[in-house]
Amino acid sequence: MKARIKFRKYGVLKFIGHLDVMRYFQKAMRRADIPIAFTGGYSPHMIMSFAQPLGLGITSEGEYLDIELKEPIASFDAVKQLNATMVDGIDVVSFKEISEDKKYSGMTIVAAAEYLIVPKEMETNALSGHHSKTPVFPKEWESAICDFMSQDEIVVLKKTKKSEKEVDIKPMIYGFHMEEAGIRLFLATGSESNLKPDLVMDTFLDYLKVQKSEMPFHYHRVEVFAKNPDSEEPKYVSLESLGHEII
Amino acid sequence: MRKLALSDEILMKIEKPARYIGNELNSVMKNKDEIDIRFAMCFPDVYEIGMSHLGIQILYDMFNRRKDVWCERVYSPWIDLDKIMREQKIPLFALESQDPIRDFDFLGITIQYEMCYTNILQVIDLSGIPLHACDRTEDDPIVIGGGPCAYNPEPIAEFFDLFYIGEGETVYDELLDVYKANKASSGSRKDFLEKACQIEGIYVPAFYDVTYNEDGTIHEMYPTNEHAPVKVKKQVVMDVTNAPYPEAPVVPYIKVTQDRVVLEVQRGCIRGCRFCQAGQLYRPTRERSVETLKEYAYKMLKSTGHEEISLSSLSTSDYSELKELVSFLIEEFRGKGINISLPSLRIDAFSLDVMSKVQDIRKSSLTFAPEAGSQRMRNVINKGLTEEDIINGAGQAFEGGWNKVKLYFMLGLPEETEEDMEAIAVLADKVARRYYEIPKDQRNGKCQITASSSFFIPKPFTPFQWARMYTNEEYISRAAIVKHAFMEQLNRKSLRYNWHDAEVTVLEGVFARGDRKTARVIEEAYRLGCIYDSWTESFDNEKWMKAFKNTGIDLAFYNLRERDIDEVFPWDFIDIGVTKEFLKREWKRAMDGEVTPNCREKCSGCGAAGWGGGVCFESKN
Repeated sequence: MKARIKFRKYGVLKFIGHLDVMRYFQKAMRRADIPIAFTGGYSPHMIMSFAQPLGLGITSEGEYLDIELKEPIASFDAVKQLNATMVDGIDVVSFKEISEDKKYSGMTIVAAAEYLIVPKEMETNALSGHHSKTPVFPKEWESAICDFMSQDEIVVLKKTKKSEKEVDIKPMIYGFHMEEAGIRLFLATGSESNLKPDLVMDTFLDYLKVQKSEMPFHYHRVEVFAKNPDSEEPKYVSLESLGHEII
Repeated sequence: MRKLALSDEILMKIEKPARYIGNELNSVMKNKDEIDIRFAMCFPDVYEIGMSHLGIQILYDMFNRRKDVWCERVYSPWIDLDKIMREQKIPLFALESQDPIRDFDFLGITIQYEMCYTNILQVIDLSGIPLHACDRTEDDPIVIGGGPCAYNPEPIAEFFDLFYIGEGETVYDELLDVYKANKASSGSRKDFLEKACQIEGIYVPAFYDVTYNEDGTIHEMYPTNEHAPVKVKKQVVMDVTNAPYPEAPVVPYIKVTQDRVVLEVQRGCIRGCRFCQAGQLYRPTRERSVETLKEYAYKMLKSTGHEEISLSSLSTSDYSELKELVSFLIEEFRGKGINISLPSLRIDAFSLDVMSKVQDIRKSSLTFAPEAGSQRMRNVINKGLTEEDIINGAGQAFEGGWNKVKLYFMLGLPEETEEDMEAIAVLADKVARRYYEIPKDQRNGKCQITASSSFFIPKPFTPFQWARMYTNEEYISRAAIVKHAFMEQLNRKSLRYNWHDAEVTVLEGVFARGDRKTARVIEEAYRLGCIYDSWTESFDNEKWMKAFKNTGIDLAFYNLRERDIDEVFPWDFIDIGVTKEFLKREWKRAMDGEVTPNCREKCSGCGAAGWGGGVCFESKN
């Protein structure tokens, strides 16, 4: 039986990297007595896979890991047991069964992610959903975003460990708009096509001819999505919605 | 939400920010308005090393059981952050509250090895506390040292207000109570130190003076304060089974050196190897009950979620309930995906059986620590392991499928001749020969025998405390002799030999047996930029040599002379229970190549029986 765990990562946990979060959850599974399945062999591992790694410094309310269970456990109990042994900065939001069908399971289905971007000093607002009365960014950015997005292409220099190459990131930006809470980005995410929010914002600041250091941002991941496996509309659905409660 | 001492900008720039943010599982948060004493517990090395230390976990747990104390942790900031903190004048802070150390009542530093001495200065300095105890004011924390190096605290004495000599479980409560009472009655720093030095095991360096002979050796060390005792007595927990133990140790986010549940099965060692300091310091040997250990195993695996459990002690094979404990761990936890990590055990049918259950034979190796190549030399150092033990043990293992062996040796031991050095290579070759005695079709390819040697450092409170050391060049040439002998062996292609650095050995030698005068070198080296000296990437021998030159301290005085049998040592004021008479006897027996039986075979009257328990009374129960 496969289960999908959704969790939030915030506060000082934003300084804990992806590999350490994996180690953290391996230990948490033991503490919480989750009946997780192991691989065979001389040194058995827990069967566990994480959705798209979150960059250091980014907070999130939509992180995921899939695990294999050797026996069922009720969603309510699993969430309660896990949360009883979490540190400040990680909460388990849900624990759901997912179908064995490749359309629903595994982290290769990740297709998009939504981010909320606020000024650095308003970091805590991002998670609490606390909205300020006045927009947090200059009003004129609204039209600037429209202009930015109406370019034919948005070519950036994408640096990887091995090489640098020019890439048009426009097709990977599924949504870019401003609201009172901050800027919301909807970006291609996953193994096929992946765009990081800081690259978009850096490019946007360049476009505005604003120095990066003048406008430090805090990035917050709101949700991770898969392509809707069952119908055309909506095109993307949250990973969580593909599972169902274990009773 | 907790406010961090470091800005996001800094944390995003440095290596492994998780070292500095605290908030780990099982770390202890308290309301600072509801406690009386704030204690910062420090291991003066990087987080991953410091977090792996059992002693600190024990004290952290023990202190925090008290409602009136909040014990927090602090480690040496790594070189990248050290630089930033100095540039931006950021004071060193504790991980839990993120508050500056200088606001604490105590800064407690565990001193595990000599090469951390400059890091001690780093921690005190970054905290904004004056380096010298005599310059501290009523507002500064009390800086307290403990751990194995506190058994010769003199090279670092002037940097500490007091030292706790011995095991922490005994008089810390008393010390904290005295501090609290003194604070409540508005007593001064000096008032507290005067009261503290009357507690058994507490040494206040400022209350002693030392006079020297013309040749530089100590004439006399004497108390200058009427409250200070002439001798400071080591503290020992006699009932280790009921001593506090951390049932919910802190679980780091990042991978640390000791990332597992650790069961300390016993303290002390019955063996009495003459080079070994721990073997004398922690006498008498005391065992923890196996039932208690089993209970800790359950509780600690549950409270941490660790995937591995290991045993810790000196010479774990001598723990009398070892079979019972190891079989229990395997049966109980192996099926639950918990690794059992074994310490190096004496190779026999039992340990091979256990090892084959918990390790992959093809990948794992056997470890022997003969410490010396020739039997004559092994008698000198009182290492009971014989060539027959090694060859038979290796033989059994080879027949069980192993083909990798590690051998550990020391070079520069007292009475060592060229023949003894070459015997290291000969012994390694004999192990290989034993492997090739197995018919070819039953062998698992070639064997791989790796011999390593470190250079012997005479330590205080050992029978070898009188021994001389050698120069850097001499050490290297001894290693070259061994290396050369390896090239001449029949099975040289199956043998490997490597040796440890000699430069560090020389420094360790000075500070292991150094006196108060050597503090100047440490301070000068620190001023010259030395820090993290136990890390090869940051160790800078040139700076150290410059520090000796600048301070006029003569390295040869500390390392290159054999000490007179009646010389007064800097550490003689400490009473570890084992008498100097016994150590003298052992030093003479060593010179005669005479073996002394272990504590279970026959009592040699070392003096540790005065504690009234442990192995000394086993047969009398």
